[in-house]
Amino acid sequence: MSTTTPSTQVVTGTEAGRVAGRRKRAPLSEGARAERRLGWMLCAPAVIVMIAVTAYPVIYAIYLSLERYNLELPQQIKFVGFSNYAAVLSSPYWWSALEVTLIITVFSVSISLVLGMLLAQILHRTLFFRGTVRTTSLIPYGIVTVAAAYGWQYAWTPSQGYLSAAFNNTAALTNQVEAIIVIIIAEIWKTTPFMGLLLLAGLSLVPEDLQKAAKVDGATAWQRFTKITLPLMKPAILVALLFRTLDSFRIFDNIFILTQGANGTGSVSVLGYDNLFNALNLGIGSTISILIFICVAIIAFIFIKGFGTAAPGTNLGGR
Amino acid sequence: MAVTTTPRQKVGWTTANLVVIVLALFPVLWLLSLSFKTSTAVLDPSILPAQWTFGNYSGILTSYQFIRPLLNSIGIDLIATLISVVLASMAAYAIARLRFPGKSLLIGMALLIAMFPLIALVTPMFTIERALGLFNTWPGLIIPYVAFGLPLGIYTLSAFFREIPWELEKAAKVDGATPFQAFIKVIAPLAAPGMVTTAILVFMACWNDFLLAISFTSTTASRTAPAAMEYFSGGSIFTVPTGPIAAAACFITIPIIIFVLFFQRRIVAGLTSGAVKG
Repeated sequence: MSTTTPSTQVVTGTEAGRVAGRRKRAPLSEGARAERRLGWMLCAPAVIVMIAVTAYPVIYAIYLSLERYNLELPQQIKFVGFSNYAAVLSSPYWWSALEVTLIITVFSVSISLVLGMLLAQILHRTLFFRGTVRTTSLIPYGIVTVAAAYGWQYAWTPSQGYLSAAFNNTAALTNQVEAIIVIIIAEIWKTTPFMGLLLLAGLSLVPEDLQKAAKVDGATAWQRFTKITLPLMKPAILVALLFRTLDSFRIFDNIFILTQGANGTGSVSVLGYDNLFNALNLGIGSTISILIFICVAIIAFIFIKGFGTAAPGTNLGGR
Repeated sequence: MAVTTTPRQKVGWTTANLVVIVLALFPVLWLLSLSFKTSTAVLDPSILPAQWTFGNYSGILTSYQFIRPLLNSIGIDLIATLISVVLASMAAYAIARLRFPGKSLLIGMALLIAMFPLIALVTPMFTIERALGLFNTWPGLIIPYVAFGLPLGIYTLSAFFREIPWELEKAAKVDGATPFQAFIKVIAPLAAPGMVTTAILVFMACWNDFLLAISFTSTTASRTAPAAMEYFSGGSIFTVPTGPIAAAACFITIPIIIFVLFFQRRIVAGLTSGAVKG
C-alpha cells in the first residue's frame, strides 16, 4: 500500500505538501512499523487457513469444471473447455433445482422475517418470563439440523407421525409441492429464532422516547411500527435478510434427510452432491459448484449494492 | 415500559409467550417421545408413548456404530474449535487494536467465507483430500471446520475486544511490556468471556455440520454423529431404525441444551454483536 520509504521523501517543493499529507496517515516511526508487523503476523495464520481451504479449492474447481472428469472413467479425463457449463445450463435438472432452491429461499426467508419480527417484539416487550422465552427459542437455533429433520420426517410419515395423522394420513413427503412445503416449514422453524435475535438487537436500538412521543401525538401502534420502528431497524433487517438468504440458498441438510431430493425437491446443493457422490462426475460436480458460487455472489451483490446493506463488519476498522 | 400491568396485558403476554414456547419445543418433544417408544410402537402416531422404554438409548450407547462417531464428533469439533478460537483471537486483536494496511481486505475476506456455499467446496476438496491422504481422517474435517469457524470467530471476537478497557494495555506497555506481552498477560484474561462465547458458537456450528461430514468421510474412522445416523439399521431388516435414530438425535441435542441453559445471555450477545453493531 502507501509505504513511504525514506528515499521517496526526497521530493520537489510542490510534491512536498502531498507527501507530508501522506506521511501523516502512515507515520512510519519504529513503533508504527512494529505495530504493522505485529498486525500482519497475528492475522497471517487465519488468512492462510482461510485461503488454503476456500480460495485454492475454488480456483481448483474452476480448473476441474473445464475438464471431462468421471472417477469411473479415469482414462477419459480430458480438457473440454466450457462444454460442462453448456451441459449443466441446458439440463432441466439444473433449472428445476435452481427453481426449487429459489422458492424455498424466498418463502422461508420472508415468512421467517415476519415471524422473527413478531418474536423480536415478544422478546423485547414481554412482561414475564423473558429469560425462559429467550432460552426456549434458542433451542431450534442450536439443535442439529439433521436431528430436527428426522423429527419432521417421522412426523410426516403416514401411520407413524402426528402431523401426517392430523392431515388425513397424508404422505406429504412423496409429493413435490407438499414436500417442498414441509421443507419450508422445517427451515422456518429452525431459522426464525436467529432472525428474531438479530432483529431484537436492532429493535433495542430504537429509542423508547421516540415511541412515546409518537404515542402522545396520537399515532396508532401500527403507525408507530411502520413509521418509526421499521425505518430505524432497516440496517438490522437488511443484514438479517442477507445472512438468511445466503444461508437458505445453501440448503442441504433438511432436504437430504426429508426427501433425498426425490420427486423434484432437490436444491442446487443436493444436485451438486449427487453429481459428485452418485454419478462420481468431478467435472460436472465442479461446474455446479462454480455456478452456485456465482449465484451466491450475485445475491450478495444485489443486497450490498441494490439495497445498500452495510456489509457487517465493514466499519470495524474505523473504531 | 408499562408502568402498571392490566389483566388484559397479562393474559395477552402469557398467551404470546406460551405460543412461542410450544412452537419452539413441540418438534423436539415429539422426537424425545419417539425415542422412548418401543420398536413396534413407533408405528403409532400418538404423541406420547403407550409404553416407555430405554431400549433405544441402551441400544445406541452400546453400539460402535454410534459411540465411535460420537467420539469423532467430540474430538474433531473440540480440536477445530480450539484452533479457530486461538487463530481468530489473534486476528481479532489485530483488527480491534492495531493499525495496519490490509485490514479491510481481511474483514471482507472473512465476510466472503461466512457466506461461502459449502457445496462449492465439496467437489474440489474431495479431490484434494484424496490426493493428500486426508480423506476419511480427523484432519480432513478439522481443517475445513477451522476455516469456517474463523469468520464467525473473527467477527464475534473483534466485537468483544472493542469493549475491553485498553488503557490497561497502555499501562502495561509503560511498565515495559512488549505489545506481545501486553496481549498475553493483560488482555487475554480480560478477553476470556468473549472467547468462551465464541468457542460455544463455533462448536455449535461444527457440531451441526452434515454436508462436509458425509462428503469427507467413508467409515466410522472419522464419520461424525450427525452423519452416522443415516447408517443405523433396525434390529432386523424388517424393522425401521426410527427409535434408535430418534434416540441418537436427542442424544446429540443434549450439549446444545446445556449450552443454551447455561450461556443463554452470552450466546445471544455473541450472535448479535458481530452482525448488528457492525
